[in-house]
Amino acid sequence: MSLLDYILGSRKKTANVAKDRLKLILAHEREEGGPDFLPALQEELLAVIAKYIPVDKNNIKVSMERKGDFEVLELNILFPDQH
Amino acid sequence: MARIIVITSGKGGVGKTTTSAAFASGLALRGYKTVVIDFDVGLRNLDLIMGCERRVVYDLINVIQGEAKLQQALIKDKHCENLYVLPTSQTRDKDALTVEGVTTVMDELRKDFDYIVCDSPAGIESGALMALYHADEAIVVTNPEVSSVRDSDRILGILAARSRRAEQGEEPVKEHLLLTRYSAKRVEDGEMLSMEDVKELLRTPLLGVIPESEVVLQASNQGIPAVHMGNTDVAEAYKDVVARFLGEEKPLRFIQAPKVGFFKKLFGG
Repeated sequence: MSLLDYILGSRKKTANVAKDRLKLILAHEREEGGPDFLPALQEELLAVIAKYIPVDKNNIKVSMERKGDFEVLELNILFPDQH
Repeated sequence: MARIIVITSGKGGVGKTTTSAAFASGLALRGYKTVVIDFDVGLRNLDLIMGCERRVVYDLINVIQGEAKLQQALIKDKHCENLYVLPTSQTRDKDALTVEGVTTVMDELRKDFDYIVCDSPAGIESGALMALYHADEAIVVTNPEVSSVRDSDRILGILAARSRRAEQGEEPVKEHLLLTRYSAKRVEDGEMLSMEDVKELLRTPLLGVIPESEVVLQASNQGIPAVHMGNTDVAEAYKDVVARFLGEEKPLRFIQAPKVGFFKKLFGG
């Protein structure tokens, strides 16, 4: 880009556009996907719990959430009805 | 005890194999006994970049399947005394690499070598996971370009979760960022993400910057690892990368565009 282009302001800095787009998408993807170990953690927890209590594998949910400065690991298990 | 380093990126075509060849050669030039392993099963290319494609007899898969001894598959590099290449197979069977098989090979190599450099395939499929699994350190090769940066971020997440160190709760894999195909001129013109931008986006320490250069193609044309390309900026930049990896202080070079004259600046060119 020449000085004349700069003075005339004829081109927007595309590197800045790239950086802004990446900032947004990376923040979104890091949050959304959660850590990659979540599916494995869910499997292993299920295996342990199933040893003691019969649970359906659809009734266990593991999620990770960012709240301010810390992350919260949430474990949600729905036990079957007691007779 | 050997240290295992994976050269990875997520995205293809960013310079993983070029970097694997140059980095492994650089370590060997510094006197370390080094082996560089191709993990790209079915798309073997490290042998071409290292210039040993006509000397491949046995490969990693032959060793894993017990058809050859490790010593038979290791190819001695022609440029460096301490360097060996372990090529991969051209098989289309993508399950040829097994965790157990790779672990056995790694354990055997660990006894003999100072450094084991693993050239990862692109993507996040089993070959790439296998290449990074045993790593103690990772060099994430990134181009200053949106899709490469995004894929690098993805692979950093996988390193933190799927490596042996992560699985066994050990100290995490030490991550390094290597920017390749960097054009200082385009960065100054605001047309390319700067090294500071990429470092900030990926939150990973920068090991080096390799400038965009025609030397890389000249090197691969001849099967000579880029670090051997005389007094070129690419060869020097890779030597600096190796030095920094070994803990030396080396200021970044080749990150400033050559000065242009007043008229060129005024009218562009």
